[in-house]
Formats: sequence, C-alpha cells, structure tokens
Amino acid sequence: MSKALRILVPVKRVIDYAIKPRINKAGTGVEKTGVKFSMNPFDDIAVEEAVRIRESHKKLVENIHAVSIGPAKAQDILRTALAKGADTCTLIDAKEAELEPLAVAKLLKQVVTKQNANLVILGKQSIDDDCNNTGQMLAGMLNWPQATNAAKVEVDESSMTAKVTREIDGGEETVSAPLPLVITTDLRLNQPRYATLPNLMKAKKKPMEKLTLADFADVSTEPRLEVLKLEEPPTRSAGEKVATVDELIEKLKAVKAI
Amino acid sequence: MLRNTVKRHLKNFSRAKTGPGAVFWSKNGSGLRIKPMSMAQVATYSTKIPPRLTAESYPSVQRLTQFKKLSPEDMTFFQSILSGSEILQATADEDLALFNEDWMRKYKGQSKLVLRPKSVEQVSQILKYCNDQKLAVVPQGGNTGLVGGSVPVFDEIVLSLTQLNKIRDFDPVSGILKCDAGVILENADSYLAEHGYIFPMDLGAKGSCHVGGIVATNAGGLRLLRYGSLHGTVLGLEVVLPNGKVLNSMNALRKDNTGYDLKQMFIGSEGTIGVVTGVSILTPPRPKAVNVSFLGVGSYEGVQKVFVQAKQELSEILSAFEFMDLKSQKLAKQHLKDVAHPLEDEYPFYVLIETSGSNKEHDDAKLEAFLEKAMDDGTVLDGVVAQDETELRNLWEWRESIPESSQAGGGVYKYDVSLPLKDLYSLVEAANERLAEKGLLGDSDATKPVISAVGYGHVGDGNLHLNVAVREYSKEVEKALEPFVYEFVSSKNGSISAEHGLGFQKKNYIGYSKNEQEVAMIKQLKNLYDPNAILNPYKYV
Repeated sequence: MSKALRILVPVKRVIDYAIKPRINKAGTGVEKTGVKFSMNPFDDIAVEEAVRIRESHKKLVENIHAVSIGPAKAQDILRTALAKGADTCTLIDAKEAELEPLAVAKLLKQVVTKQNANLVILGKQSIDDDCNNTGQMLAGMLNWPQATNAAKVEVDESSMTAKVTREIDGGEETVSAPLPLVITTDLRLNQPRYATLPNLMKAKKKPMEKLTLADFADVSTEPRLEVLKLEEPPTRSAGEKVATVDELIEKLKAVKAI
Repeated sequence: MLRNTVKRHLKNFSRAKTGPGAVFWSKNGSGLRIKPMSMAQVATYSTKIPPRLTAESYPSVQRLTQFKKLSPEDMTFFQSILSGSEILQATADEDLALFNEDWMRKYKGQSKLVLRPKSVEQVSQILKYCNDQKLAVVPQGGNTGLVGGSVPVFDEIVLSLTQLNKIRDFDPVSGILKCDAGVILENADSYLAEHGYIFPMDLGAKGSCHVGGIVATNAGGLRLLRYGSLHGTVLGLEVVLPNGKVLNSMNALRKDNTGYDLKQMFIGSEGTIGVVTGVSILTPPRPKAVNVSFLGVGSYEGVQKVFVQAKQELSEILSAFEFMDLKSQKLAKQHLKDVAHPLEDEYPFYVLIETSGSNKEHDDAKLEAFLEKAMDDGTVLDGVVAQDETELRNLWEWRESIPESSQAGGGVYKYDVSLPLKDLYSLVEAANERLAEKGLLGDSDATKPVISAVGYGHVGDGNLHLNVAVREYSKEVEKALEPFVYEFVSSKNGSISAEHGLGFQKKNYIGYSKNEQEVAMIKQLKNLYDPNAILNPYKYV
C-alpha cells in the first residue's frame, strides 16, 4: 500500500446546538420549521482533526472528502466543511427522510469504497438522536479497527498506524491500530477553527458531487424503528424557601426524602 | 439528551470562567456580584486598592445639610409598610457593598439602608415619606451603570427596584410589552423570544441590568442602529414622583398626539425627577436569520469605507456595526487567555458586522456578496463568518468582553462619546499621545499607571468608547484625561456622553454638551418636580 491518507469525514446537519429543540404539535417529532440548523458539533471536530492531520503530515494526506446524507440544505454544512479545509465533498440527498444509523453506515460503506478512503473520522454521535452507533457499525461492516471517543489522535507515518487516546469512564485509554481505521471524535479532541473569508470563497469553487438515495438502490433505508410518541421532560416545579433548619428537616421528612 | 453537555471551545467562556478573581454575573436580580474573596485575589481583578469612599476621593463634594439623617422613627415607618425581606440594613459585618459600590469599583457610598419594595404602592409611600422627611434617595436598578449614577455618595437611602420584577402584559399582535422596572433585560428578552419577538435593545450587561434602569438612563447599546433609541420605542411609562404621586401612561398607543409627551422627560433623567416603576415598550419581531462576520481592516479610513459599503450592500438587514482597535483586542486576548482569536494575524482595526433578517438564503447571499466585494477591493484584509450559533456568540464575545478586559488590569477610565464619524478615532490617538507625553503609559512597564488606552464602539451610531485601562485609579491619570477628553469632544462638536449618561463622573461637564439655556431648563424642571431635591442628589443636576 502506497503511503497516502485519504480521509473521509461524514458530517450531519442538525438543529443548532445552541437552540432549544421543541416537540411539534403532533408529538411525532421535533419542530423543524424556522429553526436554525448547523453542522453537528462532533462532526465539526472531526473536520478540524482531519485538517490538523494534514497540517502535521503535509505529504501524507492525499485528500479530505466530506460527505453528508440529508436534505438538500445539507449543502450549507458541506460548504462549511470545505471552507474549514475539506477538499471535495458528496451530498447524498435523502430529502426529509430520517435515516437510522444502520442505513447511514451502509451508505457510508459504499462511499468509503468509492473514495478509496483509508481513514474515516466522524463525530461519536449526532446531537439530534444521540445514537452513538454509526462509527461502530461502519467499522464492523468494513471489518476495520475502530477507535471511538477520541481525545487525541497521532498518526505514525512510517508504520501507517494511528495512536488514539480515548475518553473512558474514570480516565483515558490509549489504543493503537493500523490503517485503515474508523475514528469517532469526542469533545476534547480539538477546538474547531472559524471559516475565513478567503476560504469561504475558495469553498464555492471546490467540487460537490450530488447523489440521491436512488444511487444506492441496494441499500435499504426503510426505518426499522417506529417513533410512537415524543414528550417534553416534566417541568421542574418551583423551589420553596424555608426559614429554619427544623422546617427544612420537617419538609424533607414530609416528602420522605430523609 | 447530550445536547446540554456539549461544551464547545468557548461557550460562555468569559462569564462562566471562575478562576481567581472572576467577576460573577448573577441572574437572580442582585446585579453584578463581586464575590467576597480574600483581598489578594480581589486585587487581581479590580482596583488594586479597594474602592475608597467617594466622599474621601472627592473632598470638595459635601453632604448637604438640608437632608435629614436616618432616625429610628424612620425605620419604624419603613417597617410598617415593608416586610423583612424588603429591608436591608447595614450591620457590623454587612456594609451593603453590593448597593454602595458601582461595578467598576470606582465609587463607594455609605448608605445604611436599602429598600426593595415589591409594589408600586410601596414605592409611592416610600417617596412620599422621604420627601416629607427630607431623606435623600438613590433609585437603583441592576447597578451596572458606568458613571457612578446609581450608587449613593453619602448616606442616601438606596431604593432598589430588584424585587419589582414581573412581566405585566404582552400583546402578541401589536408586540407591546408591559413590565415592571426591575425585570432583568435578559429575562425580558427570553420571555419575548418565546413569542417570536425581541427586545429592541441589547447590551453587554443584559444579564444584570433592569428594563427600568435602561429607560431611566436612556442606554444605547448594540442594536440602536437597527431599532432606534428608547425615546422612540418606549410607548409609555409609570413613574413615581418625589411627592408620591404616580404618573401613569402605561396604556400608551403607538400614535398619541395629544400635547406634551411627558414620558420623554424621564427617559435619560437618571432618576433625578422620578422613579420609573413600569415600562411599556414596542418590540419588533425576532429576526429568524442572524449572521455575524468578524473582519480585519487596515486603517480607520478602511473602517469607514466598510461601513459605507455595508450600508449600501446590506441595507435593511444590517443590525450592528461595531469596531474595535488592535489594542482593545490585545487586552481581550490577555483576558480570555486560552481562547484563540478569530483572526490568526493582527490587524490595526477589527469590525464586527451583524445582519438580521427573515430569510436565511437571502441574507447569506447578500452578506456573501458584500464580503466578497470588500475583500476583493482590499478594504477588508481578512475575516471569518460564523457557521453556527456557538461561533456567532463567540464572535460577539470578542466585542462584548472588552469592557471587562479593560478593567482586569486594575481599573478603567471610561469615556463614552459621540463624535462625527470622520473624527471618531482621533480621540483615541490624542489620548494615547497625551498619556505618553505625560509619561503615564506603559503596557508592560508595571511602574506606569496606565496599561493601555483603547477605542471601540458603535460606528453605526457615531459612538466611541475610549477605555483607559489602568493598574490603579489615580488623580494623576484623571487630571491628564479630564477635562482634556471633554474639551476635545466639545471642539469637534460631539457629545461627552453618548449613552452612559452623566451620573457622578461627568456631573461637572454637562456644559460641554448642553448650552446655558438647556441646563437652566433642566434645573427648572428638577426644582418643579423635586423641590426638596431628594432624588439622586450630588449627581448631574
């Protein structure tokens, strides 16, 4: 295998992290009209990491390719990815369909093959459904090693291996694996850069391949899960002020907290 | 949901960061709070010397003997109309510093009593009593003022509107909001957001300042360019006069052409002729698409050029145009420490442009076209565009954290002036020259009192903020700057206070911006409605 890295970065368009999602009137999903959408923050970190790998291994990285599966407006976040450093990108127009992680992983597998990618960096989860499945499923289907929840990534050029520090409960774990590899990103990995004006302009000229789900006829994107109902969490009732410790204890006892 | 645990690079970085000496913002209405830490720690963030009593720093200001001193009988009266939680008294270990000191810690009054009424009726009773008894009163909102106008000078009673904090009514058809004076600006805005509306003004202290306070001081803020001044947006006020009478125009209409528009007299009066207790204000629909771009520009001429281009190309969607000089960003960088500046290289000037509209595609296309043009003809040297809400807020933070950053080295002298656009920045240059000439300036030389004199502000409104960051407050620096700054502004036909007001700091300088006839009429009005001069004494009238 010639020494070259072809990085694939899948990115998802989600309701902006700073916006509080609201359940629609029918109770079947989240209200999407008039809401700001942005790139999934974990994917933003994935793009940044790919760009940083290129910055520290100038000759090694042949291409950074971003891919998004979603509505036509996902173009916006692909442009952002291009402005932040991706070279090329693919939009797989899924219209308004909500794909489950398995379908996404199957689609991505084909993109990996097509792009001949040997490193996939993606967010550990998207902040809309919080599944945390796609990276793992993709690695399984490709039969590649996986390093999830990455907090630090070091690529060793000579051996074509990656050393990844992972966030685990109560500490860190460092794993090493040969490429090809799937890495999912955690928050501490890096701080994404801003898209600069010159790069935003250049991004407009970078190629964007447009596909639809019909181009992946052999992949079933039918949902396997059915959403029965969505509910807001119960609102917290207002607190109560007490004048003395005794009163506090009495109240706590009354609600059987002590 | 994990959404709430995602902490990106700089989310809330400045206000939430709780390193030693951090300034704590409290949303519960007690205003900007300074945690009582050990002296050594306090010294790292604010003035090296704890604030001196205003009476000591300005010995020429004498307590007026016409005012009665607080007596036990007065306390009995206040206790008869207010509950325990509505009265705060100074004790051996509680000096009411929160109410006696301004947030810059430049002034310190000696009030022994804070009243926090919960109803307009109580405010009326308090004022009537104080007027009869000749007890001096300082009305206070979020106490975020910048000219020492909301803190007592001597033993005035502090009338805090903190607990008068209910939203009264909102009409989702007309967009008219009616609320108590003590509602915190940010809370009012969040409430409006739920109904798809926006408060027509915004400023850095939004988490602490009160709606009544911004009206009484006619604060300007960040959105004036788009929504105009409070003189236009406020439709009606409820004001308690010193004699206890309540002037109520809360049922105001958008059009009401029947004689004198009395509410205007109280907007910007700084609590000298009445206490604002209720505000009725027209709010515009909340923009659905907001975009922010942060640009690097080579010269002040360049800033003006970008402004003209922005007005022409962005026209109705332009909602803010802020400029900052390099020195102000250097201070912000020191203050925000680990956070990377949006632009990699340094530029003499920075511009923040905000667009607000109803259609994202339309706005994006306009902004893009404008930025491309400005970049192509070389007016803009570099820039970034926020790609998501977090980036957008973080870009704003580089503008909004300047006041805090200027203060972080010890203290700050703030001048908020209006100047013709072409002369706007010349004041900063002149101030730097003067400070250097007098040997007071040294950004790394700790023996000099002044760290840096920085300029930033609302170009759109011709409003400059000159902040002189100092290691400690000193007479020497003050003498170098005042009345120099005021004379300079006056010579350019500017205003010595664009949006901060006069308060205590600029009380002697009103003559630089108002002529004799104007000052005389202000005095007549004051004498007419506050004949005993109990409201906010020792300030500008």
